[in-house]
Amino acid sequence: MTATALPQIATLGRRAVIRTARQPANVVFPLIFPMLLLAVNAGGLHSATKLPGFPTSSFLAFALAVPFVQGALLATINANVEFARDIQTGFLNRLALTPVRSLVLLFGQLGGLLTIALVQAVFYLVVGLAFGVRLESGIGGAALLLVLEALIALAFAAIGSWAALRTGSTEAVQGLFPVFFVFLFLSSMNMPRNLIQTDWFRWVATVNPVSYLIEAVRSLVIEGWNWEALGLGFAVAIGMSVIGFALAAHALWNRLERT
Amino acid sequence: MKDTISVARAVSWRVLHTFFTNKSFLLPSVLFPLFFFTAFVGALSRISQVPGFDFPTGYTAFQFVFVLLQSAAFSGVFTGFGIARDFESGFMRRLMLAAPNRSGILLGYAVSSLARWLTVAAIVTVVALIARMNIDGNGVDLVGLYVLALLLNLAGTLWATGVAMRLRTQQAAPVMQMPVFLILFFAPVYVPLDLLKGWIHGVASVNPLTALLEAGRGFISGRPDLTLAAFAIAVGLILGFTLWAIRGLRRAEAAG
Repeated sequence: MTATALPQIATLGRRAVIRTARQPANVVFPLIFPMLLLAVNAGGLHSATKLPGFPTSSFLAFALAVPFVQGALLATINANVEFARDIQTGFLNRLALTPVRSLVLLFGQLGGLLTIALVQAVFYLVVGLAFGVRLESGIGGAALLLVLEALIALAFAAIGSWAALRTGSTEAVQGLFPVFFVFLFLSSMNMPRNLIQTDWFRWVATVNPVSYLIEAVRSLVIEGWNWEALGLGFAVAIGMSVIGFALAAHALWNRLERT
Repeated sequence: MKDTISVARAVSWRVLHTFFTNKSFLLPSVLFPLFFFTAFVGALSRISQVPGFDFPTGYTAFQFVFVLLQSAAFSGVFTGFGIARDFESGFMRRLMLAAPNRSGILLGYAVSSLARWLTVAAIVTVVALIARMNIDGNGVDLVGLYVLALLLNLAGTLWATGVAMRLRTQQAAPVMQMPVFLILFFAPVYVPLDLLKGWIHGVASVNPLTALLEAGRGFISGRPDLTLAAFAIAVGLILGFTLWAIRGLRRAEAAG
């Protein structure tokens, strides 16, 4: 990475953040919707904590992990819809005529999205703490949670960027929304895997990588330092990021080659 | 009257033709309820073992009623999205110019929404039966359940139509969707009302959808409960939202 690349990444990242901030729906919805779902689930499923073997007496603490993953998904969709719009409107082509290196375009886009996801994560954490959730892993855990959130956002963002670059269509990126949510809902988001009664669902939740992301975040909130859960969560997030970035870089290469 | 019906028939045919021939409209309407049903029943069935969970027909039937009502309400909301799309594309303006009786436009959208929901409801029901859902209610009870959902579909359609007629943009989608989502999820979705604790119990107790949900679950378990209240609420919602939709239509007419 050359010295000139960093200011270029910062400029493109700042553009991505400002563009999102200028659209209230793209800011408010990813903040409010996960909190509403958290409130509904925490209230409605509180009685699940009475099940033998349930890991905590607070469903709010148990479910607090979900907004971190859900928020990253929502931020990814919104930001990559804008990225796809850049492709549709020809902005990316014009940018490609400048001395900006192709990978810088990608880093800038992902950097902006990462910033948005981190702001959201801090918001979710503050709301959780305000409603009485105490992080078993303490302040160090909160810091690690933000690092993990950055990696989770990077993973989804890279996959979303790949979709945007490959299709160049805002509709196609929006179409990812239900796909991502299928992964979220077919995970251990509402019940620990060992307490899921339905065999096929437990199997799906076990092979679903999103379960490990949620369980890693959850372990920091309700367990403390569970190295197995954290290791699996970080491994999944890093793996998804690397694969997503490789796909996105390849799609960018192809798109600029066509241009 | 003849004009109204001919306009309604044309509008509903167009909406249904688009719905059944375009995957991007058909699939979300069908897949979302199925997906919620699968996710809730698959992940949460152990909740039925919580002390105090007294629904003998089983957790699959318990969630089926919620998903049926949810699909009914959201079929109405999706119809509202279509109306907003018609405004943005300019089709609605041409339709209003051409229609001899504009009330037929509302009727057409309502009929098409009903047909869309019946399709979704049939698929959800078949899937629930394949998933070995128990039904303890008799035929009359089941008719009661589906009529209740049908009324909710009508109420949802009229609500979303009123919003679409006023705002006339697809950006109004969250305004149509969010209140419906909230009112549905602030009802006893996962457990019976008695098992809810704290603020959610208070909200669910005054939420009109709670009566519909409880009545629906009463029908499927063969122990009808809150039936009169549920039908009265559903009819009340329809009357209120009919006014809302008609006034919206008048505003759209005035806006040109």
